Amino acid sequence: MRLEPRPAPSLARTLGFTVLAIAGAVIFSSILVMLAGANPFTVFWLVIKGAAGTQFALLETLTRATPLIFTGLAVAVAFRARLWNIGAEAQLYIGAVMTVVLGTGAITIPAFGLIPIIMVAAMLAGALVLLGPAILKTRFGVDEVVTTLLLNFIVILFVSLLLEGPLKDPMGLGWPQSKRVIAEAKLPRIITGKRLHYGFVLAIVSAGIVWFIMKKTVLGYEMRAVGHNAEAARFAGIPVNRVLAKTALISGGLAALAGFSEVAGLKGNLTLDLSPGYGYTGIVVAMLAMLNPLGVVLAAIFVAGIFVGADAMSRSANVPSYIAQVMVASSLLTMVTAMMLMRYRIRWR
Amino acid sequence: MEAFEILLTASFWVAAIRIASPLIFATMGELVCERAGVLNLGIEGIMTAGAFAGWFTVYLGFGLWTGVLVAALTGAAFGALHGFLTVPLGLSQHVTGIGVTLLATSLTYFSYRILLPEVSSPPKIEAFQPFEIPVLSDIPVVGQALFNQTPLTYFAFVCVALVAWILYRTPAGVAVRAVGENPSAVEAQGISVTMVRMGAVMAGSALMAIGGAFLTMSAFNSFFFEMINGRGWIAIALVVFGSWRPGKALIGAILFAAFDAYQVRLQQLTGGAIPYQVFLMLPYVLSIAALVLVARRAGYPKALMIPYQKGER
Repeated sequence: MRLEPRPAPSLARTLGFTVLAIAGAVIFSSILVMLAGANPFTVFWLVIKGAAGTQFALLETLTRATPLIFTGLAVAVAFRARLWNIGAEAQLYIGAVMTVVLGTGAITIPAFGLIPIIMVAAMLAGALVLLGPAILKTRFGVDEVVTTLLLNFIVILFVSLLLEGPLKDPMGLGWPQSKRVIAEAKLPRIITGKRLHYGFVLAIVSAGIVWFIMKKTVLGYEMRAVGHNAEAARFAGIPVNRVLAKTALISGGLAALAGFSEVAGLKGNLTLDLSPGYGYTGIVVAMLAMLNPLGVVLAAIFVAGIFVGADAMSRSANVPSYIAQVMVASSLLTMVTAMMLMRYRIRWR
Repeated sequence: MEAFEILLTASFWVAAIRIASPLIFATMGELVCERAGVLNLGIEGIMTAGAFAGWFTVYLGFGLWTGVLVAALTGAAFGALHGFLTVPLGLSQHVTGIGVTLLATSLTYFSYRILLPEVSSPPKIEAFQPFEIPVLSDIPVVGQALFNQTPLTYFAFVCVALVAWILYRTPAGVAVRAVGENPSAVEAQGISVTMVRMGAVMAGSALMAIGGAFLTMSAFNSFFFEMINGRGWIAIALVVFGSWRPGKALIGAILFAAFDAYQVRLQQLTGGAIPYQVFLMLPYVLSIAALVLVARRAGYPKALMIPYQKGER
């Protein structure tokens, strides 16, 4: 068996293989659904209905997509430069911490001043969390996969410490939760009475900005060059270490915005279950989007739809909602396989 | 003073060796994969799957060693998946590994919910019991630690010897090391790089799964969600710390476990003056510190993370 490079993939082949990848994941999950003793057609119909069948379902899917757009962008930016940021979960939590540190009454100024201050602070904090592993990589040659993964555990313990100590809500009846953010620090709802908030708009705008940086600026070009071949980039005079550091700052900042928008837009306070693995799911989102920032928006909505739909489905059909995780994880594997097949032909000889 | 005396108690070392056991399996598993040139980030998920598979087998009424075997086979199956995607297809080992972890973990949780729909708290099993080796266990301090453990712990030490012997003393081991250093030279000898790498990843993944099974079959006697708790990632750090040598990695795992056992005791000693989270963070911080310490002069297998294509240089 040999892999033979193909000419650059056309749009049709790209879309075709993407559909095949998702079909592969659906078929695999269908087998599991059948093993669980349910009819896959019924189950997937319920998932689709639960994700987009009503206005409520659709808004819920977009709400769930919001943090995934941010973490998906964070991963897409980092992976483009081959900086393996598996720590979006940690950066998300640090962003959330900054939001409650500044947003629960420490600063009281009108919203148009307070919200930008919190956003910048959250992004800075998240950026610094990833800058550490990036420097360890460039200075000491420590693999950033392991350090960012380990940092996830450290940061979550740190958040737990804060929530049982300095950030604990005295009115929280002993639960480890922070105080609620003040009205000036809240992101308003897009439609009154619904959960969808302006964090979603912020996420879309961020995707546009990231797309612009990646496609239209020197930094974006340098990041892609470093990701393509770091040695060649260095030879061509690109300051590889500095580019990696900048990539880390952008990526960490984006992931932190996920934490900011979840607290300021949706939950109102910080708890230890703020993120059910949005950082890790961001990796799937980024890969499904083939690291394209605009594709991240679509991929995030798709993945969020699976989660929201599966939650609704599991309430009526007797299939655990973990089927969503299985489907998302298997679509990651089928997608990376499909991306390879877009560029190579397999020769059986 | 009291903090120092802990180190001299037998119970401390017994705990340290027990904590080290799953890490030893996992570290050996990752080491075998990486010596063949394949980084296996599926480790965390494979350990989760192994923990469940072994435990559930025993829960169904089969013997303990059958459980270990089923765990190993489960691990090997996920290893085959990771190997197939990264070796012949040459996909990114980072992304694929994370994908395998996500898939193995979610499949495990899904299976748990399907197979045990009625349970509110996870049932316990009749797990491995400590087996005291006569005479040797009477040696002060280390006797209890090394010779009054469960059979799976003894098996962990046997595995280290086995991995070291195979890697350095058998033709198969030479082939594994060679595909991790210079795959085209191996292919020139008429040995299939793909086969050797696949075999190593499957064998290594089987060991990781046994490491997971240790937790359910020899430590907690039950299966919980998120029970692996980063042990897989720590094993990856330990492989680097042990510079890809079984003996050194074993020492690393024991040192790490001793530190872990020590922080638990220190936590009790300080009586809540320092938040407990600080102690729980220490093992992860230590792993990063260890990596920083050794990374500069680490002897990476030269072909680690480089896919091999026949006829390509």
